[in-house]
Amino acid sequence: MAQADAGALASPAATGRPERLRTADGVPLKAALRRAERRRKIAAFFLVAPLLFFILTFFVFPIAQMMWRSVDNPQVVRALPQTLEALQGWDGEGLPGEPVFAALHADFMADMERPRAEQATGPLAVRLNYELSAARSAITRTARQVDGFTAPYREAFLDSHRLWGDPELWRIIQREGRPLTTSYYVAALDREFDSAGNVVQRDEGRRIYVPLFIRTILLSVAITFLTFALGFPIAYYLSILPMRYASLLMICVLLPFWTSLLVRTSAWIVLLQQQGVINSALVAMGIIGDDGRIAMIYNMTGTIVAMTHILLPFMVLPLYSVMRTIPPSYMRAARSLGATPWTAFRRVYFPQTLPGIGAGGVLVFIISIGYYITPALVGGQSGRMISNEIARHMQQSLNWGLAAALGSMLLVGVLVLYWLYNRLVGADSLKFG
Amino acid sequence: MVSKLKLLGIGTAASVIALGAAQAQAQESVSLTIVSWGGAYTASQVRAYHEPWMEKNPHVRIINDDGSANALAGLRAQSQAGNVTWDLVDMLPSDAQLACDEGIILEIDHDAVLAAAPDGTPPTEDFLPGSLGDCFIPQIVYSTVLTFRPDAFPADNQPSSIADLFDVENFPGRRALQDRPGTNLEWALYADGVDPDDIYDVLATPEGVDRAFAKLDTIKDHIIFWTEGAQAPQLLADGEVAFATGYNGRMFDAIEVEGMNAEIIWDGQVVEWDGWVVPAGGRNLDAVMEYLYFATDTQRLADQAKFISYGPARASSAALVGEHADLGIDMAPHMPTAPENYFSPIILDNDFWSDYGDELRERFATWMLQ
Repeated sequence: MAQADAGALASPAATGRPERLRTADGVPLKAALRRAERRRKIAAFFLVAPLLFFILTFFVFPIAQMMWRSVDNPQVVRALPQTLEALQGWDGEGLPGEPVFAALHADFMADMERPRAEQATGPLAVRLNYELSAARSAITRTARQVDGFTAPYREAFLDSHRLWGDPELWRIIQREGRPLTTSYYVAALDREFDSAGNVVQRDEGRRIYVPLFIRTILLSVAITFLTFALGFPIAYYLSILPMRYASLLMICVLLPFWTSLLVRTSAWIVLLQQQGVINSALVAMGIIGDDGRIAMIYNMTGTIVAMTHILLPFMVLPLYSVMRTIPPSYMRAARSLGATPWTAFRRVYFPQTLPGIGAGGVLVFIISIGYYITPALVGGQSGRMISNEIARHMQQSLNWGLAAALGSMLLVGVLVLYWLYNRLVGADSLKFG
Repeated sequence: MVSKLKLLGIGTAASVIALGAAQAQAQESVSLTIVSWGGAYTASQVRAYHEPWMEKNPHVRIINDDGSANALAGLRAQSQAGNVTWDLVDMLPSDAQLACDEGIILEIDHDAVLAAAPDGTPPTEDFLPGSLGDCFIPQIVYSTVLTFRPDAFPADNQPSSIADLFDVENFPGRRALQDRPGTNLEWALYADGVDPDDIYDVLATPEGVDRAFAKLDTIKDHIIFWTEGAQAPQLLADGEVAFATGYNGRMFDAIEVEGMNAEIIWDGQVVEWDGWVVPAGGRNLDAVMEYLYFATDTQRLADQAKFISYGPARASSAALVGEHADLGIDMAPHMPTAPENYFSPIILDNDFWSDYGDELRERFATWMLQ
């Protein structure tokens, strides 16, 4: 482009009026260049298209879908359209009147007409039970009896399950009778709706996620720091060794990388448990008594030890690759100019390793914040992390909405931390190797 | 170059022929994906059901999938994606009832699709009372039992009841419990003096829940929580714990097959069923129903007890339970349903857990963290 402009500017001076440069077949040079440029861009796009497609299909789309689940709330709207309409004027006090119960009956009957796979009462029962215990049986039991109900419906429903007489259930139906909900996020923040519809904190005995988030972040910081403290000397030593020995030692660092995660975790169980190798050795040496065996696993210590080991390579590799590029002559120059070894390290060497420390720290921190298999196996109760709760809701309780809300909060938290890091340090200074 | 091309040509021709043959065969042959729990349990099904069935029906190939631990999640995902690849799923009745209510598995008319007992008793009367579900065909009765290491206690003071699990003064040592409220809350109330038949009534009240957690508090400092089924026997075998809860089949395997030094306490065993469901929208429905008719008949259910110590779900099978296929020990005394073991069972109440499970799991998780 710049050349074409230069040509266009040069020509008027020679001829007195603007004349376009043309290629051999008479196309203006500017257009020909633009076409070539476009062709190159299309080729480049097709080269990255497979990756783009892959990321969209397997990364962006599932994450977007997961985040959508945390607010998606179709169950009540789909199952009880007439009831919701009849409930519109209800003030939330006492029980709604007969027209609402008649509408409820009509909704149940309409649902029975649908094919089994499209029936809405099953998902409705699951959904309402998240908000109120026993709502599941209220719905499913009523659904089994409802075709025998006759007017007045209010009595019939009150007879079939005690919860139909509980204003709380009706408030929940009214509140959740919207296609989008905030209730999963409310629950994920250890809060709930009171009877007036305000968001309040839960009873002390049911606050779980916020303390877990805090613990997860603290544990991840501790693990990041430990991998740094252990990894920095190793990486330094590797970087000053001759290449032959360095690659040999590097294999030792990478070996855990190539071992199955479960095998490594189990190995730590063998070492750390109370009847394990370390405790038995300490007892045999007389350092501790047989009844004073130390609990090093199934608690927070177990999680920290096992995860530090597993994540160590993620710290060592970026550090090593940065240190390798620092010429040893810098340190020698500093020394020859009168710096003590400590000053030379602190003022000359260490600042140059910062990009590696940043990269390793971000890697280790982000990986450990989402870890769950190792904490589940060696963490006991005090070493559990938020991902264990997300996994539990994904696989056992099957409350995917809550799992999605927790997962989205974790994702946003990580993004915020990364943004902060970028503002303070600058992401372009990261060196991953 | 020429020879290479030739080879390629021949290879292509051969593979086209092979493909044609495979397609011709595929019209008759069926492969069934059967989902179960893996490990010793799937192995017992393979030997009792799959192998005899494939011997009788050479055109059927059975593929085992160890996905039962997440069966409900899997069924939902496959149903939502409209691509049901599972043909038959082994799952717990509580999850089966949920899946049934959601319409993602088929309703079963038990008398129409299952075999009658040898004496002609219809299936609805032959299967143990309360075990059949709208969509659920029970296979086995299993129970969660308390197990202990005899060498952790003096010979004249061995534990024998659930109350002993909560008695850390007379029976010191750590206890391995599962990291979920089921069984633990029932046992806490049972040890606190509640009659097995009243446990769920008490647990349905806020005071009952508080009472159960208060009882659990008394042993909290002595508990190691396990998550995966294999962890409990492992902790016991390593001597990490004096007591462990676990499924009776796994414990039988660890004690009798692996030779672990442990004993089962049958007091307060929490009894539950396990069985088959048929996913809606499966591709091989006819073959699955034929297989089901065979695999749930009286003899086959009794056969499974040769390989694993779970009780058959049919009354008529009990008399046919014989010896363990490999060990040669009589299996009848190891069945949860044997009269000498079945003296104080707690029957797991699935309706209770589907109603109160969400709330209690949350409370239990919080309690574990505190």
